[in-house]
Amino acid sequence: MRFDFVRAVLALCSSLAVAAAAGPAAADGVVNVYSYRQPDLIKPVLDAFTAETGIRTEVLFLDKGLEDRILAEGLNSPADVILTVDIARLTAAKSKGVTQALDDQTVNANIPAEYRDPEGHWFGLTKRGRVIYASRERVGDEPIAYADLADPKWKGKICMRSGQHDYNLGLFSAAIAHWGEARTEEWMKGLKANLARKPDGGDRPQAKAIYAGECDIALGNTYYVGLMLTNEKEPQEKDWANAIKVVFPTFENGRTHVNISGAALAKNAPNRDNAVKLIEFLSSHDAQKIYAEQVFEYPADSGLEPSEIVKSFGTLNADTLPLTDISNNRKAASEMVDRVGLDDGPSS
Amino acid sequence: MTRSAGAIGGTHGAGAGRVGDLRRARRASHPFARLATIAISTVVLLPVATLVAIALSGDASDWPHLASAVLPGAIATTIYLLLLVSVGTVSIGVTSAWLIVGYDFPLRRVFSWALVLPLAVPPYLAAYAFAEFFHFTGPIQSLLRAAFGFTSIHDYWFPDIRSTPGAAVVLACVLYPYVYLTSRVVFLLQGRNIADVARTLGAGPGKVFWRILLPVARPAIVAGTVLVLMETINDIGASEYLGVRTLTFSVFSTWLNRGSLEGAAQIAMVMLALVFVLVAVEQGARRRQRFHTGRATHMKARPPRVALYGAKGVAATTAVALPVLFGFGIPVYVFGAYASRRLDRFFSPELGTALLNSVITAALTSALTIVVALLLLNAVRLVRTRPTDAMVRLASIGYALPGTILALGLLFALARFDNAVDAFARAYLDMSTGLLLTGTSAAVVLACTIRFVALAEGAIRSGLEKLPANLDEAARSLGQSPARSAGRVLLPVLRPAIFTAAVLVFVDTVKELSATLLLRPFGFNTLATSVYENASRAVVEEAAPAAILIIVTALAPVVLLSNALAADKEATL
Repeated sequence: MRFDFVRAVLALCSSLAVAAAAGPAAADGVVNVYSYRQPDLIKPVLDAFTAETGIRTEVLFLDKGLEDRILAEGLNSPADVILTVDIARLTAAKSKGVTQALDDQTVNANIPAEYRDPEGHWFGLTKRGRVIYASRERVGDEPIAYADLADPKWKGKICMRSGQHDYNLGLFSAAIAHWGEARTEEWMKGLKANLARKPDGGDRPQAKAIYAGECDIALGNTYYVGLMLTNEKEPQEKDWANAIKVVFPTFENGRTHVNISGAALAKNAPNRDNAVKLIEFLSSHDAQKIYAEQVFEYPADSGLEPSEIVKSFGTLNADTLPLTDISNNRKAASEMVDRVGLDDGPSS
Repeated sequence: MTRSAGAIGGTHGAGAGRVGDLRRARRASHPFARLATIAISTVVLLPVATLVAIALSGDASDWPHLASAVLPGAIATTIYLLLLVSVGTVSIGVTSAWLIVGYDFPLRRVFSWALVLPLAVPPYLAAYAFAEFFHFTGPIQSLLRAAFGFTSIHDYWFPDIRSTPGAAVVLACVLYPYVYLTSRVVFLLQGRNIADVARTLGAGPGKVFWRILLPVARPAIVAGTVLVLMETINDIGASEYLGVRTLTFSVFSTWLNRGSLEGAAQIAMVMLALVFVLVAVEQGARRRQRFHTGRATHMKARPPRVALYGAKGVAATTAVALPVLFGFGIPVYVFGAYASRRLDRFFSPELGTALLNSVITAALTSALTIVVALLLLNAVRLVRTRPTDAMVRLASIGYALPGTILALGLLFALARFDNAVDAFARAYLDMSTGLLLTGTSAAVVLACTIRFVALAEGAIRSGLEKLPANLDEAARSLGQSPARSAGRVLLPVLRPAIFTAAVLVFVDTVKELSATLLLRPFGFNTLATSVYENASRAVVEEAAPAAILIIVTALAPVVLLSNALAADKEATL
């Protein structure tokens, strides 16, 4: 009995040692990517990179605590490139000190100035609009402004996911930048009063809720409509997507709130040269298009055409508000959501 | 000896001087056990201690906002959810255990093990499945509309699963097996003799249940319920998806949306305070349980079950079938339908690797966790001082923290250790050791072990407490060392309890997501992380094959455990 026990412990220790020895990759010809975006979605563009340069990519997907992990790993962090799906995460990475500045002519030429950090710590690759899904059946063709979401005529007709979600916080931060805190808070109270139900689920269930008749309009990203329209295995989702149309809401300047996905160079990148090559590659027009197409988004460079499905939604007139203004207001927006009790739904 | 004295007296008051002498003697004679306890507890407490340090390092600047706009609602919601979940799990778990143990009805043997099946379903998958199943577009409402000719959602009322009561239903349906398992054992082992005496005196089965069985089983029920409540507190996936804003949700919004890890750690401390209360309740329950055990283990003869026929039999079968249909049937129905349209995926090499990683991680974790729990409990048994016991208790509270937060504490601790070793090596040995533990699969195993020590400790402790205290003292009196007598006498009789613990930890590790996600190395996918990668881009249906494999992988040991249960070996478990 006792000998078996000792043997079991020894076996356990040795297997742990083997597991520990298989540490992170830090060899030549490799670049390590820490990604907020799911590996399947970035695989096509990374494969294209490997085909062109011969540099292998290693991907770590992590959507909660990515910056903290790099911070903890410190000098020895294997992270070379950080990929995020939200401007707030790019600026958070910068402010936590896990990025480094990159002044690269190719990248600067490829990405419009409004979609990169003035100090070179991050670069936007794709952009997306925070739009309105509206019922084809119950909503007319009139334009809807963001301000209208607080209009009592929509009482009991609006659905949305949690106000604390990145995508909604981005929109509220932009609203604060446009309107100031006081007006935004009034507006948010009006939005809360108009909700059909307590915020929950993701963006896609909101489209489903419109299909089910729970509400008439919902806030969502264009992305999900594309996913539903192309879902061959679950054809009923096409019905949900066809029950809605995409409306591009605007601020007073006639423009729609956009958020970006982007890349940053990690501070202690062990494979810095390869990392720079990857960021240069991702910024190229071809890569922007592959990447944007994969996720039904718009390439950062407005001169580039989005995919056919995305084009069918209509024309995105992207807001010109500096992205740093949006991320600077994030904390205020998050506190406002709590203060107003947006996530409590319409009743309280 | 003090143990039996304590059991008879029910308190530790009598003969304080002699007990004090004994304690001193014990402390002096087991330096190794004490050292081992301290060493292991230190490692197990590492993440929580790091979080305390992070919480203390921050200022109170988040508190005006938290106190006015967040915490009152979050605490109220959390307590409401805990209350509903405990009512749900206790009524399902105890009722089904009582029916299975005390009665005979159609399919009783099948359900005696099938009732454990929902344990294999991770709460976040159950939440998704329930939301789909009971949605307007799901089968239930579609059927209702077809049957009654409704056309619109406004024609009828239907309870909403996306609410606090809804979340409680979901959680209760997949977590009740903890209570079922613990109370079933007690119904089998204890109180039967008293129950039979009551029956011979003319009390009906209902009266016996309420007046005899339930009070006797109460400590075991509480012990199971505490595990359920800790799982409820640490849940983020299910409650977030169903729109329930618990304390855990506030931890994440403070950390990620307002960039304050310190503030998040401070809320986590509030959660720990809540858990301290729960653990204290549980400890009180266990103490009473010890008082009740007596000579129950000597009960060998199995009293006959009351046979239920006709309508009563069908009612009993329905009562035990419903929890299984909800907690297991609905998730398998929803994900099975998606998976059936993606059968080719089952053979993808990625999924094979993920399956292998899950099984290896879970096997290593459950082996390691058992060793840790045994060493800790052996120390408690030998040393029996308050600090030792408190330390062992503390070691298990990490279970109540959300996995990501616990893992974050471990991440900072491990990374600091790695970087210190590296700095030393660079300075004195002119070489770099890099990150030794951070970002390795060993770190994942360590995190899971720390998380699930509570499960193993709980299961083995309840097994240990059913044994007579002097069992191994006979061996000791014959000149065997404590380690040898523990190994040769206690381990063999504890085998069933150890087996239960290993199964529980294995199943929970297969389901584990958040700590694995944060700590894993490049390209390391388990079934759970592979499900999550798809769920994170809102294509949960693509994750269905992996989700089904999670359930199947967790199922294998659950069935093994159930077979052990079905054998009804009275003195086991």
